[in-house]
Amino acid sequence: MNEILQENKLTAFINNLSPTSLNFSNELLQSATISLLTNDFPTTRKEAWKYTRVGRIAAIKAAPKSAISSSPTPFTIDSNALTFVFENGEFIPSLSSAIIPKGISIKSLSFCDAEELSQIGKLAKVDGEIFTAMNVAYANDGLFIKIADHIILEQSIQITHILRGKNNVSNFRNYIHAGKFSKAHIIQGYFSQNATHCFSNVVTEIVTGENAFLTIDKIQYEEMGNFHVATEEVQQDKNSTFTINTLTLDGTLVRNNLTIGVTGVNCTTNLNGVYLLKENQHVDNHTIVDHCAPNCESHELYKGVIDDSATAVFNGKVFVRKDSQKINAFQSNANVLLSDSATMNSKPELEIYADDVKCSHGSTTGQLDDEAIFYLRARGISEKSARHLMVSAFIGDVLGKIENEKVLEFTHSILKDRFGWEF
Amino acid sequence: MIKIKNLHATIDGKEILKGLNLEVKAGEVHAIMGPNGAGKSTLASVLAGREEYEVTEGTVEFDGKNLLELDTEDRAREGLFLAFQYPIEIPGVSNVNFLRTALNEIREYKGEEQISAKDFMALVREKSALVELDAKLASRAVNEGFSGGEKKRNEIFQMAMLEPKLAILDETDSGLDIDALRIVAKGVNTLKSSENATIVITHYQRLLDYIIPDFVHVLYDGKIVKTGTKDLALELEERGYDWIKAEVEAK
Repeated sequence: MNEILQENKLTAFINNLSPTSLNFSNELLQSATISLLTNDFPTTRKEAWKYTRVGRIAAIKAAPKSAISSSPTPFTIDSNALTFVFENGEFIPSLSSAIIPKGISIKSLSFCDAEELSQIGKLAKVDGEIFTAMNVAYANDGLFIKIADHIILEQSIQITHILRGKNNVSNFRNYIHAGKFSKAHIIQGYFSQNATHCFSNVVTEIVTGENAFLTIDKIQYEEMGNFHVATEEVQQDKNSTFTINTLTLDGTLVRNNLTIGVTGVNCTTNLNGVYLLKENQHVDNHTIVDHCAPNCESHELYKGVIDDSATAVFNGKVFVRKDSQKINAFQSNANVLLSDSATMNSKPELEIYADDVKCSHGSTTGQLDDEAIFYLRARGISEKSARHLMVSAFIGDVLGKIENEKVLEFTHSILKDRFGWEF
Repeated sequence: MIKIKNLHATIDGKEILKGLNLEVKAGEVHAIMGPNGAGKSTLASVLAGREEYEVTEGTVEFDGKNLLELDTEDRAREGLFLAFQYPIEIPGVSNVNFLRTALNEIREYKGEEQISAKDFMALVREKSALVELDAKLASRAVNEGFSGGEKKRNEIFQMAMLEPKLAILDETDSGLDIDALRIVAKGVNTLKSSENATIVITHYQRLLDYIIPDFVHVLYDGKIVKTGTKDLALELEERGYDWIKAEVEAK
């Protein structure tokens, strides 16, 4: 029997939240509630949170749910995309696409029936995972996307989530199902406008069906002073290709938990990440690729540029289960520290239980090459431009993995605005 | 063009240049030769502004300006070019991209307009042909995967693009086969004019068969100890440096 804890930081925190009005199954709600009542916010004694302190999230006194402004967001990545806008976790129909092409079903969770809602919670477990549990029990809203079999979607789907105001907590939940032989591109953009002490707690469950081809570009660009925890649970069925590019460009504290369960044979998995930090930002990427079936390949490339007194964390695990033969799994994490007080904690991990596999992992953390900077300066380039050229070269190969022009354009505009980097 | 007076320079507290004097005028080619450890590369590094070297005494006047007061990039913008002895590889930074940045920053410094993309590419084509550098190499990452000869040709290509007033070639001939040497020399000779000057630092006389110097200086123990014409280079080739050392020590 689980022990119900006395008043702790977590119970104090959730006391200020409003229980979800979504019709999740009683079973799911109950497990979420138990998880919340029997746990507390993780401390750095917990291995998965060793370098990330969530005290500042716990300290937020969540404001009561207030009316959302519904005002247009200044952030549009792809103006031709099917766009769905949420403010502080709540759906804004007036800013969202009304006409949905045939073969796909997209709606906010608040418009989903019991059958559709029953898909929620199958991949993202609440047990012991307080952020996922909180996301269920106090869910605001989110997007439900189901792409029918054999549908090739030309338009991108764009989920825009914007934080506004002070002390607002958004428990934002998404479900994405790419049917057999379907193809789709989804942009997830997390932004804020005049927001402070807000917390986005996002959970996205993704099913990539047989022979499906799904690409997700995720941009995290919430202002300093706000916090973000994202959990993605992905399941890949056989012959599918799943790609996720995670671009973390702002935010006081950002934590990404990305877990990809490759359950079918002949799958390809690509996970790329770029995190660019300055001031006292903290960004933590925890990734898991779990190869449960043979004949698959995964490619993971995460790169960070860390300036000022910012800190970053990378923890990448690759599991190759017994009998998952012929797996090619590659993982690489590279970091550049631009200042003496910048910190990087990198931990690549491989656990292999099959014997006929090809796996590699590597991690490097260093500084920009002084000799190269001198060489560039000796050609008349200022030290500042020389450093920009070097940084751009460093992250160039990850940015090169982003195939969508609009996402790339948007990323470059942020690099210019926030970091003064022009490439 | 450049007047070096009584130049003393140290690295890690060790004095390498010990009162070097040299004057190069527009239109001239000077060769600096000398045994290993004489301070040839140190001279190149000090002139280019490597921060590891400390100038403890002396002056360097470049086109009327105090060179030693300028940052490395400003020296380049004023028209000083160093062809590196060991050109480094910079993965991810493309040759043309960095050259366009360099060219535009130099133009901005001089208050000139930016070069258009079209004019720039035309310039790249013209100048890369000069050193027989494949246009594909020009657009690849700086020196990445280049052979020794390609790296040196790339240095001369960059020199051609930037059109410096004073070019210092630091052992540009080292590691070159005879064909590459000929190409590099042809590039340098084509770029030569009455407005610019070249300092060729070399260990061997070989390069001077192709780039004919007006003056040959022998650098030994941090000072220029002997100056002559190209015949001096031939004599050094034949007799080595020992007789110079003996001469200096006899004084």
